[in-house]
Amino acid sequence: MLPFKTAARRAEAQDNDPAPARPLAGITQLQQWFGRPATFRGAMAGIVLLLILGPFVFSQYITVIMTNALLYVVLCLGLNVVVGKAGLLDLGYAAFFAVGAYTTGILTLQFGWNFWASIPVALVAAAISGVIIGGPTLRLRSDYLAIVTLGFGEIVRFSARNLEITGAASGLSGIQQPRLFGWTIDSAVDFYYVFVVLAIGAVIASIRLSDSRIGRAWLYVRHDEDAAEAMGINRVAVKLAAYVTGAIYGAIGGIFFAVNLGAISPESFSFEQSVLILMAVILGGMGKIPGVILGAFIIVLGPELLRDLGELRLLVFAIGLLLIMLFRPSGIWPGRTQ
Amino acid sequence: MSAGSDILLQVEGLEAGYAEIKALLGIDIELRRGQIVTLLGANGAGKTTTLKTISGLVRATRGTIRLMGEDITGTPAHQIARMGLVHVPEGRHILRGLTVQENLELGAFAERSAETRRRQMDEVFDLFPILKERRKQDGSLLSGGEQQMLAMGRALMQKPKVLLLDEPSMGLAPKLVTETMKIVKRLNEAGTSILLVEQNARVALRLADYGYVLETGRIRMENTAEKLREDSSIIEAYLGE
Repeated sequence: MLPFKTAARRAEAQDNDPAPARPLAGITQLQQWFGRPATFRGAMAGIVLLLILGPFVFSQYITVIMTNALLYVVLCLGLNVVVGKAGLLDLGYAAFFAVGAYTTGILTLQFGWNFWASIPVALVAAAISGVIIGGPTLRLRSDYLAIVTLGFGEIVRFSARNLEITGAASGLSGIQQPRLFGWTIDSAVDFYYVFVVLAIGAVIASIRLSDSRIGRAWLYVRHDEDAAEAMGINRVAVKLAAYVTGAIYGAIGGIFFAVNLGAISPESFSFEQSVLILMAVILGGMGKIPGVILGAFIIVLGPELLRDLGELRLLVFAIGLLLIMLFRPSGIWPGRTQ
Repeated sequence: MSAGSDILLQVEGLEAGYAEIKALLGIDIELRRGQIVTLLGANGAGKTTTLKTISGLVRATRGTIRLMGEDITGTPAHQIARMGLVHVPEGRHILRGLTVQENLELGAFAERSAETRRRQMDEVFDLFPILKERRKQDGSLLSGGEQQMLAMGRALMQKPKVLLLDEPSMGLAPKLVTETMKIVKRLNEAGTSILLVEQNARVALRLADYGYVLETGRIRMENTAEKLREDSSIIEAYLGE
């Protein structure tokens, strides 16, 4: 029940793209090449095929890492709606992730619910928390918004740490693995495929949202709130829709994160988690879906690839991130040519 | 039709302000069908605040605003826009990084039919052929005059009955000021009633049917544009030089 209407007219969106590209920017050409529907579809099919074949090649370890990267794809695309599309800062995004994970954890463990039945409740809970955080922040701008969202993230984490129902500091463990048509989803490979499906779903939803009426409203509000409002756009509804949409993405990630690990604790939803997700979004390029996906993979795979460096790896990784931001301040993925 | 229905916009005893500061201390304005009415006054007299309050961007603390007889005081800005009162804010507010066409599309956001949107854009392109030529260019890279056309074109995408224009000539070269005023006249002749705020009183009074002179949040004087043009005190105070 998302408050959007999909009027996906890709052809028209294509038509709107400014045509001339600077030939010297190779990466721009790559994007142009990517922008053609046929090649885009071909590339997407290739990526999906690679993802499907992955576990036949990957070691168990790599499968687990890739699962984590796909989880981040979902989370980052969700935060991208808030930050990249609607232009609202959110430093407490992990809170939505936590709401999803804890709702499912509590319902299945404490109340003996079926996992699948807990999903709609978790999504509603996330949507409500999206309204709760969105409501008071609508009148705030940048730095105040940062403080409020940061506070919200911490409130959720502290509540989880102190409430009995959430298992306090030790969290919840023994969350049942879900069953589907008599099949128990339990192995690392099973969960890998679950996250492949979730990530692909998140990508498709993001593309369709961008092309939709609400997507255009986000674009306009992000660029100029006053102009948007003067042209008949309800900015309050539009911003709330962004928070709620982002919250639902986060909750979906959280729900499956909880059953994948079987245990959740407040520390999974720390401020660092929020920052990491935000970092991936900014790194890849706010608002650009392929960029955000790339950012998610870099954030997860980067430290893993540098594992040989031992203690130095986070330092090297951080320096790498700084260099990227220095040379491509608006993210790795190229923006539209102007 | 009675004479009363001719009044599109009626503002009575309007007061508004920011935090502690009262910017408007009781403003009465009337805009009739087919008219251009201008608000004159020095910087800080409350012209922009008057427009913002009428279009709902600033809340009125007292008084009433009626659009075609309907009380719109306190109605959210986006709803007022959908009722046919469109505000072209000061500084044009062209969206940087979006093409001319995308900027125009913003104006027709409330219109759900793609067919109608396209038709409205064609009408705007007929009025401003230069925008058609540049439709794929970044709107913020247009010249000042073209940006003004874009801002007005975007407002026209909504088919407004009442247009509030805030300093359309600001920052434009003298030749473009004349050009812009011709456009305002043309929009008016095409059936849009206009409330025009202008720093350049001489130009505004040449165009308008009626004028109000604001001073520190009150109407100091009002009359037909013709009479105001002849009034030497106005000339001294606002036509300056």
